[in-house]
Amino acid sequence: MKKTKQLLACLVLMALGLGTAHADYTLNLVQGVTQLSHELYDLHMLILWICVFIGIAVFGTMFYSIFHHRKSKGHQAATFHENTTVEIVWTIIPTLILVGMAIPATKAVIDLDKVQESEMSIKVTGKQWYWDYEYLDNGIHFESHLDEASEKVHRQKDGDPRTVANYLLNVDKPLVVPTKKKIRFLFTAADVIHSWWVPDLGWKKDANPGFINEAWTYVENPGVYRGQCTELCGRDHGFMPVVVIAMEQDRYDAWVKETLDKQNQAPDLAEQSRSVLMAKGESVYLKNCVACHQIDGKGISGWYPALRGSEKVTGNMDQLIGFIQAGTSKMPAFRKLPDNELAQLITYIRNAPELGNNVGDEIQPDKITPKWDDDE
Amino acid sequence: MSAVVAEHDDHHDHHDHGPQKGVLRWIITTNHKDIGTLYLVFALAMFFVGGTMALIIRSELFEPGLQFVDPNFFNSMTTMHALVMVFGAVMPAFVGLANWMIPMMIGAPDMALPRMNNMSFWMLVAGVLLLASTLFMEGGAPSAGWTLYPPLVLQTGKAFPFAIFSVHMLGISSIMGAINVIATIFNMRAPGMTLMKMPLFVWTWLITAFLLIAIMPVFAGAVTMLLTDRFFDTSFFDAAGGGDPVLYQHIFWFFGHPEVYVMILPTFGVASTIIPVFARKPLFGYSSMVYATGAIAFLSFIVWAHHMFTVGLPIAGELYFMYATMLIAIPTGVKVFNWTATMWKGSMTFETPMLFSIAFVVLFTMGGFTGLMMSVAPVDFQYHDTYFIVAHFHYTLVPASIFILMAAGYYWLPKWTGNMYNEKIGQLHFWLSAISVNILFFPQHFLGLAGMPRRIPDYAIQFADWNMVSSIGAFIYGFSQLLFVYIVIDTIRGGTGKVSAEVWEDASKHSLEWTVPSPAPYHTFTTPPESIPTEHF
Repeated sequence: MKKTKQLLACLVLMALGLGTAHADYTLNLVQGVTQLSHELYDLHMLILWICVFIGIAVFGTMFYSIFHHRKSKGHQAATFHENTTVEIVWTIIPTLILVGMAIPATKAVIDLDKVQESEMSIKVTGKQWYWDYEYLDNGIHFESHLDEASEKVHRQKDGDPRTVANYLLNVDKPLVVPTKKKIRFLFTAADVIHSWWVPDLGWKKDANPGFINEAWTYVENPGVYRGQCTELCGRDHGFMPVVVIAMEQDRYDAWVKETLDKQNQAPDLAEQSRSVLMAKGESVYLKNCVACHQIDGKGISGWYPALRGSEKVTGNMDQLIGFIQAGTSKMPAFRKLPDNELAQLITYIRNAPELGNNVGDEIQPDKITPKWDDDE
Repeated sequence: MSAVVAEHDDHHDHHDHGPQKGVLRWIITTNHKDIGTLYLVFALAMFFVGGTMALIIRSELFEPGLQFVDPNFFNSMTTMHALVMVFGAVMPAFVGLANWMIPMMIGAPDMALPRMNNMSFWMLVAGVLLLASTLFMEGGAPSAGWTLYPPLVLQTGKAFPFAIFSVHMLGISSIMGAINVIATIFNMRAPGMTLMKMPLFVWTWLITAFLLIAIMPVFAGAVTMLLTDRFFDTSFFDAAGGGDPVLYQHIFWFFGHPEVYVMILPTFGVASTIIPVFARKPLFGYSSMVYATGAIAFLSFIVWAHHMFTVGLPIAGELYFMYATMLIAIPTGVKVFNWTATMWKGSMTFETPMLFSIAFVVLFTMGGFTGLMMSVAPVDFQYHDTYFIVAHFHYTLVPASIFILMAAGYYWLPKWTGNMYNEKIGQLHFWLSAISVNILFFPQHFLGLAGMPRRIPDYAIQFADWNMVSSIGAFIYGFSQLLFVYIVIDTIRGGTGKVSAEVWEDASKHSLEWTVPSPAPYHTFTTPPESIPTEHF
């Protein structure tokens, strides 16, 4: 008994200590950065307070009773067991409260649904395990993966998450949107159901394979807003964050131009030193391959094959190129990987000490010839 | 009553009235008390199996970073924890209580269909064992969540068809149990016990049994469609073949929402049984309790898509499911008010069953509040699939269903064993549970509101503090449940002494089981009781 008390005391102290040591956690819903998210926050607070008041009334009555109407105080039990008036009253009052809640709630449902008259559209495709963004108005199209720093830490047993800024909430290429513009999002998925959530925008929306969902936002102020996938989508569900950067129109326009230029550029096929091939190859690997083949190249037994010591990886180079470009029934075809990235990747997986391979060769971007007969 | 039994024993041409000897007694038994015990023991064992899985989850979430398990195994743990707790622990525990108590509460000699009763139990064991065996299969146990949403669930490894077959078996077992409960209540009540004179536990179970019969075939149908989608080239849930993955969610939640009420309605029944006894006052509003239970059961069938507000429902659907869901607050509120009014001006004592029951009323109401918050569709666009919902449904299951199951254990153990449990350790168990369950689940509200999604094995740094607190609570809660096991064994071995037939003061005025000796003889009410208690309505 004494030990239990000590344990409880420790626990309370610990909770208090934790509470004072870190100030960066929050207890309540974010207010968000859009009118819609403010409306939802206010609705949340309204219902929360209603619940608090009902709770105080009900629990107050109950604890008064528990304290006073006890046998040890000699309280004699009454014998009443029904009272129609009281029962009608405590049915009608909650009904009225619910009606009061339903009115602002209905308005918010309607507001959430107002996707019409948007000024631009972005198509968001959920994939295992990253987001794919396509700007329908200007043709910008890119993938958004978990950033390398988080990727490395969560995949290594001894990684320390506290050394990474925005651990698991950062991506390599964030979604960039203009402020003060009504943006319509279209959601779909390539494989399983995902859900796209940025708390600051006030909502999440499921991305269903084969179907399209809509939602909208209008961000007032520039800023970086972070979120995550919220529908269980497999092994790396916890590792596909969303980052939205809102920029003022002129900065956004500059970003669009820069991104489009880069997107339309032919890949740089110039010769690269071995160390550059290896370093960039690691990035390509972390983005495209690590989810299945793992950071140590051992794969997952029963699910994904190992690259470590694999004949396919360390054997004939041409066959390896063809294999990566063609994919298998389980592995996607990486036909769209530019030649320079493919060269970096192949050099990396054949020689990376982390993967336990050491063939001792390399391939330059201009030496990649399509091994896959692209009939598209 | 005992005189009647003794008289029968003299007739050797009658079949044997005592239990079989040895292990065979438990395998071939058709006695409602034996089967009730089997269910309860099995449920308690599964409670610890599911609890171990929960502790694996909480260990991984103790700190940010991946320390112990692979993310896929983590997903298997969240999936299996839910399936084991729902189908292996909570539901069987209530079926166990139903087996033990319904015949004794309505003055019947046994369940109406005793052989099917036996089959239903062993089918459950087979189903749960089959489910557990998937843990050792290539590709691991199912890891798509207990909701088994396609297309993700179709990526399950070798375990897939086995998991689905086990769901079929669990469903058949539940349906048989439910048919038995209905047949018993409709046909075997003692003379004078009209429907509106039945104890509320019997009422709530009657309604639960109808829910089970209605929903289990729906779930079986949904998982069978998954099976044919994977193996026989159908495309119920595959857009490429003209199907729709969201269709599965509609079917699943048509089962799933009533299913959660299957776990809470008998909980209401037990609470309505225990609170009046320790308040020494009749239950307030017996008939409104019955109607409220019926109303909740009815509403449970027409609110399913509130689990799917963000899935892309049309606006009319959002509004309809929001309004319908909000309505549930009314009958649920009536119940909470009735329990409070039952305590009001009573003469209360606070033995362990009462403590657990009061904690149930308070903490279940907290789960009800968060339920009300989530019924508001637009705000659910923030709450959905975060730790807020995890906190919500654990409040309505752990300090509600599990607490009431504990309360029921303490309340009826003396009747089952003839011995009194150790009140001091019982109260220690209560206080440890009540405090730690809040340390465990309350911070999860904060995590959810702050933006932590559910079903993730690793999280951002700002979620670290409350996850650690929650994990500490989980370990205290988990290990303090071992006290219950100790108390049960100790009580069977003698506890703190023999008890009278009535056990609790004036309990026989409330319900028939307190009119038979303690421990309850192997056969009770072989002749109907002469009068029925009237204090409970």
